[in-house]
Amino acid sequence: MSVVVLGIGMHPWGKWGRPFLDYGLAAAREALADAGVEWPEIQYVVGADTIRNGYPGFVSGAAFAQALGWTGARVASCYAACASGAQALDIARTRILAGLCDLALVVGADSTPKGFFAPVGGERPDDPDWLRFRLLGATNPAYFALYARRRMAVYGDTPADFAAVKVKNARAGALNPLARYRRPVTAAEVLASPMVADPLRLMDICATSDGGAAMVLASERYARRHGAPRPLVRIAAVSTVTPSYPDPVLGLPDFATDALPGATPPRAFRASIAQAAYEEAGLGPGDLSLAEVYDLSTALELDWCEDIGLCPPGEAAKLLRAGDTALGGRVPVNPSGGLASFGEAIPAQALAQVCELARQLRGAAGPRQIEDPRAGLAANQGLFGHGSAIIATV
Amino acid sequence: MTRIGEPAVRGWFIVEDGATHLLATRCTACGALWFPPRGGHCRNPRCGATGLTETRLSRRGTVWSYTNACYPPPAPYVAADPYTPITLAAVALPEGLVVLGQTIPGLTVADLRVGMEVELTSGPLADGATVWMWGPPS
Repeated sequence: MSVVVLGIGMHPWGKWGRPFLDYGLAAAREALADAGVEWPEIQYVVGADTIRNGYPGFVSGAAFAQALGWTGARVASCYAACASGAQALDIARTRILAGLCDLALVVGADSTPKGFFAPVGGERPDDPDWLRFRLLGATNPAYFALYARRRMAVYGDTPADFAAVKVKNARAGALNPLARYRRPVTAAEVLASPMVADPLRLMDICATSDGGAAMVLASERYARRHGAPRPLVRIAAVSTVTPSYPDPVLGLPDFATDALPGATPPRAFRASIAQAAYEEAGLGPGDLSLAEVYDLSTALELDWCEDIGLCPPGEAAKLLRAGDTALGGRVPVNPSGGLASFGEAIPAQALAQVCELARQLRGAAGPRQIEDPRAGLAANQGLFGHGSAIIATV
Repeated sequence: MTRIGEPAVRGWFIVEDGATHLLATRCTACGALWFPPRGGHCRNPRCGATGLTETRLSRRGTVWSYTNACYPPPAPYVAADPYTPITLAAVALPEGLVVLGQTIPGLTVADLRVGMEVELTSGPLADGATVWMWGPPS
């Protein structure tokens, strides 16, 4: 038995300045229409929370349900940083797999401030996320830059390699009407953009965006009875693993890694996220037709390509240069345009990744369509050790 | 508010005879080590012992990676005005930890490379509170 993605919906990403509920509702209504389901039929609604939009953001499942009109449906709300959308999907999927319901709606949406993400307000000297700003001025891009510089030192990657990721993703994003940035860019433009956190420049780092994404999940039994006209897109795996101890990589928002004398270093966190998904799906990297990975920075996309097993460590730039990860390549990475073209709308982003998988697997991705896709993986990493990877198949 | 010259955070580092030491927690049962210090139980999931001790970390390590902040970080960071980019270094210590910190003012990314040796010191943030900082070996 598996869970089917019956309908998908998204509000275009941008900097629209409207309440997050607007984006979530637009996405939800589109997902319901796409599924051919009326809202009152939904038995379970799950909201992926936003922490920068007041109380409704913390109880987003109920906020969305109220805005759609109370129906007495069961509800859940969850927050898992960047993995919130994946976690919301996981909760709905699990309830369907448990036989407790047949039809669920998952919604995530965000309205974001301009500029760097700052910690939530107030003085909280016990909160590492507050302290890393207070003591070090260590923003999210600072951590991305540490990883990027490390790639340069260990693997010989160059800023030109990082720029090539942006060029690739902008080319895909230009073909996606839901993306915020839809203009192709050149490597020269990326390399001339202002330095933000050396070696990463403005165009290497993803923006913060407004957006919303939703999907209707159904039991296979329901989907068949419902007569879904398209190939059934199935969720084959959802991995929501934590890191293993002692994680050798400095994670956000940590000040240090752990040390255990004599310990064999475990699989690093990002790689373990994908591995758990492969094991659950009974698939491997070679089975993927496409992947959506969390390219918070250009360099991080290269890390992800290795972490999800598309190539050995250190060879992602080679893969990129060969065109393997571009549209038309062996295994396109971020065919949606990725965060490079969308910017990050935190609780919506993991759902948007799965929307792209579903669109591609249905053969409905228009000019971005990948030829005969069979399986796709969406991976991301949330602050404080919330990983997620989802595999969808057709 | 923190007063000038006082540590910006309590119990994370100590300055003694002009030398700055990071304070970590060590498990006396399995040797696990973590920073910043935190009591209770060992964080090694296969240990969980309660016999913990405060320990000083090595003052020298090698640069694991580094970057800077070309734009002033948002509050609660107190940025200097006018702002000069701050530099951050993640430093691998002989004990096996990598510890993040600012570098001393004046040390830029052009002065750093992965693998070079640095030494712990401390210095003031823009509001006068002190933090640990990485600098060249003395």
